[in-house]
Amino acid sequence: MDEKIKVGMADLNVCASPGILTTLGLGSCVGIVLYDPIKKVGGLAHIMLPDSTQIKNNSNLAKFADTGIKKLIDDMTRLGANKNRLVAKLAGGAQMFSFKSSNDLMRIGERNVEASVKMLKTLGIKVLSQDTGENYGRTIEFYTENGDLLIKTIGKDIKII
Amino acid sequence: MDNINIDTLDNIQLDVLREIGNIGAGNATTALSQMINKKIDMGVPKVNISEFKELSEVLGGAENQVVGILLNVEGEINGMMMFVLEKVSAHNLVNILMGKELNTFEDFTEIDLSALKEIGNIITGAYLNSLSSLTNLKIISSIPYMAIDMAGAILSVPAIEFGKIGDKALLIQTEFGEGEDKVFGNFILIPDVKSYGTILKSLGITE
Repeated sequence: MDEKIKVGMADLNVCASPGILTTLGLGSCVGIVLYDPIKKVGGLAHIMLPDSTQIKNNSNLAKFADTGIKKLIDDMTRLGANKNRLVAKLAGGAQMFSFKSSNDLMRIGERNVEASVKMLKTLGIKVLSQDTGENYGRTIEFYTENGDLLIKTIGKDIKII
Repeated sequence: MDNINIDTLDNIQLDVLREIGNIGAGNATTALSQMINKKIDMGVPKVNISEFKELSEVLGGAENQVVGILLNVEGEINGMMMFVLEKVSAHNLVNILMGKELNTFEDFTEIDLSALKEIGNIITGAYLNSLSSLTNLKIISSIPYMAIDMAGAILSVPAIEFGKIGDKALLIQTEFGEGEDKVFGNFILIPDVKSYGTILKSLGITE
């Protein structure tokens, strides 16, 4: 089997079939997967924050939902993907600690998911499936061969969305 | 000097943050020692500014199971304080504290886990107290929250807070324990953007 391409926190990468993209231990961050099913080109971004315009130090495009998704599309287009065919899958955005408080700082996982969905909608990219929220970490693997997104969590069965 | 960029701190500023880490970790270890009424050896804490990517490597990889105890910090310094330890260290700690000799983590009861959370609370409290008296700043901490999960997932919470001000995090690793039962702990202090400036200013490091 091919070596899996690891995507770190606040990082992104793209590849063509049969490449496998993976990111380990997603917590409140969100793993955004984009896929062109015809060209079989995939991309994975591990974003940390919802909105680059709210942060002064925003030079790392992969850190934010808005700029991360755009960069992902650019990189995939360069690999031959057609922007109009792209579909998306999402995972992560958990709330790791059960805070009682409802302030924004604590709802960061939820806000990351919301911002990602909104950005994808704006760009006309359909979200096929998502496994988000809850209170546990996830390791995800994306198979560009067939578009499967495999999700591993501690103490639970492996899920494919 | 309101906003400090952690990626571009100068050497003096870094040394100060390191020293705060050292003193804080020392106080935390003393608190633990008093709590279990045993002498505890403490190694020299390692203080590092790590990139996010490297953060979980310190804890044995992003998928390694760890225990994270998190407190929200308010007052003149705002942010988060986190104490992270590998599952095996958490295990040793509970055994020492509760006088048990359990071999698997799953055998621990709710009371054992609650004790673990309280330890996290007390030692992070000791750490924050030393920061407070050093800087003469008022610091109030919340109740502790605990999570047991993959290192990457646990660390994503402080990493996101750090992410707002830069691409690196301040990590203080300490090693303490008695006899064979070594415990390795990691403190992560996450002041918000303004609080970095406040801390350094209170120590006379910046204008």
